[in-house]
Amino acid sequence: MANTRPDEKLKPWQDPQALPYVRIERVTKRFGDFVAVNHVSLDIYQGEAFCLLGASGCGKTTLLRMLAGFEDPCEGRLFIDGQDMTGIPPYERPVNMMFQSYALFPHMSVEDNVAFGLRQDGVPKAERQERVSEMLKLVALDGYGKRRPQQLSGGQRQRVALARSLVKRPKLLLLDEPLGALDKKLRENTQFELINLQEKLGVTFVIVTHDQEEAMTLASRIGVMNHGRILQTGTPSDIYEYPTSKYVADFIGSVNMFEGRLVEDEPDYVRIESPELGGTVFVDHGVSSAPDAKVWVAVRPEKVRLDRERPDQPDNVFSGTVKEIAYLGDVSRYLVALDSGKLVRVTQPNTDRRDDRVTWEEQVWVSWSPGANVVVTQ
Amino acid sequence: MNQRRSFVVLTAMAFGFAFLYIPILSMVVYSFNHSKLVTVWDAANSPTIKWYVALLGDTQVLEAARLSLKIAAMNATGAVILGTLAGLALARFGRFKGRTLLTGLTTAPMVMPEVITGLAMLLLFVAMQSLVGWPEGRGVTTITIAHITFSMAYVTVVIQSRLLTLDESLEEAAMDLGARPAKVFFVITLPIIFPAILSGWLLAFTLSWDDLVITSFVSGPGSTTLPQLIFSKVRLGVNPSINALATVMVLLVAVCIVFAGIWMQRQEKRRQRDMQLALAANQEGE
Repeated sequence: MANTRPDEKLKPWQDPQALPYVRIERVTKRFGDFVAVNHVSLDIYQGEAFCLLGASGCGKTTLLRMLAGFEDPCEGRLFIDGQDMTGIPPYERPVNMMFQSYALFPHMSVEDNVAFGLRQDGVPKAERQERVSEMLKLVALDGYGKRRPQQLSGGQRQRVALARSLVKRPKLLLLDEPLGALDKKLRENTQFELINLQEKLGVTFVIVTHDQEEAMTLASRIGVMNHGRILQTGTPSDIYEYPTSKYVADFIGSVNMFEGRLVEDEPDYVRIESPELGGTVFVDHGVSSAPDAKVWVAVRPEKVRLDRERPDQPDNVFSGTVKEIAYLGDVSRYLVALDSGKLVRVTQPNTDRRDDRVTWEEQVWVSWSPGANVVVTQ
Repeated sequence: MNQRRSFVVLTAMAFGFAFLYIPILSMVVYSFNHSKLVTVWDAANSPTIKWYVALLGDTQVLEAARLSLKIAAMNATGAVILGTLAGLALARFGRFKGRTLLTGLTTAPMVMPEVITGLAMLLLFVAMQSLVGWPEGRGVTTITIAHITFSMAYVTVVIQSRLLTLDESLEEAAMDLGARPAKVFFVITLPIIFPAILSGWLLAFTLSWDDLVITSFVSGPGSTTLPQLIFSKVRLGVNPSINALATVMVLLVAVCIVFAGIWMQRQEKRRQRDMQLALAANQEGE
């Protein structure tokens, strides 16, 4: 399954000919004085699993609810499949939504819950029953049709909600924190099930989540939101490896951030002096920034090496003392205090079983390659 | 220490229950008294059910009871319809213009002295009759309208608080699946809040069933409700048949409470069974 991920397929967002399935055009939504969504423009393509990622209150759910039709934008327009959605009520939109609380109707059986949408469309009884049982089979709930939602476990309720939102065969499915109410172990399994299902049915997903790991697993592309704005849009690896702002670098995964100034600015390399690091950082690519402007160097902990001997490289080597060690089994996390006092996070894989790993208060060298740096200017 | 505490608790409970139920109990006991004098216990011929037999033959009482039941039922139905609409508007339509005013106005009849409400209703009915010719005189219609006016407020509060705890995404989900707002109300909202509507109906029913003050302002000749009848009879001198009548009323209410209790217990049992099933599903499913 993993090798059919869109990463290897055609990427529609890079194809100038491709028409977006969902187009969000300078949409703003205010609640009183509070601006929930601020001039957001976004194109989402057919077959994508697009994740809106952000902390709570960043406007991601409001954006999703505008797509569903539960909120009207104050400014801007929304298009789904080329059609302007302005003034079109939720019950006439070609989208379905899976709610965070699942919103299963407590007074109806599982079957009736799933059949509800078909009943509204006047689908004849025989076809309705067939499609409902087909759907329940798809989510591995055949035999549970006569139960009421209260008689199901959390994971089963989640699957009923999914079946109910998919039974009308929508081209676009909106998912609000689809795995938020499940425990960790169940969540991991369900993530893969969800993606399998999405590829099998060819539905476009727009997923809202605050869980970056979930977004990385589910998404073809991620849009990171903060304060009602989309800060960066890109594939999970783009977002992780090439964040364009401090916020994104910090929000996705963990990161070491060093403040500094450009001292050498060439088209193919730069050198940044960082007082808090107590030295300069060499970056093997050019940076577009005003000279003397404040910049930040971001280095992921797993890209930092930890050695007892000074490694043989001219730049990006600093000495320090190990302050904290967290042994997590597959990896160990270290907190190293540099001579300047700055704390650096280092993650090292525990590839072999040895007893002579670095220990507390040991003098070590931290280093990273010039390509591991990401420079952000805001 | 423990024994002393349980003694205190028992005494407090005994006093509490005595305070609440001795008046009712004495009334019930005296309803089986043979003597025509309410305060004198005729030990030789008691207990007797002669007052109950007399009650069955008293057409005046039976007629008043029938009228009270009819008014209470009509009032409860009307109050539930209006109260549900008001509750829906308050809980679901967001911040519309005049929302605060509507909140205040719907709850005002709950705190308004009954004498004022009754007088106001009477003045309105009189004015309306002279202006538009309706309602013609005072009777069942005017009593029902007056009762709806004040009991609707209670229903509104019940429905509104139920709607506030109802997950709004249920209604949104139904709409998302293609149901129009009116259909959402009848297929999703109404069935789910039905227990609240039922309790609102019963509340309105009992409010109307024992109302005396407002009724006496807006009733007319030939429309004497049971509380009015009891009140007027007591003024003419207490008759043991009133005790019998009151006992029957107490019995009716008690039966209702017992049935409601059994129903609630069954609901609770069902909920627990559901939870056990869900728990079992949790273990087999994951």
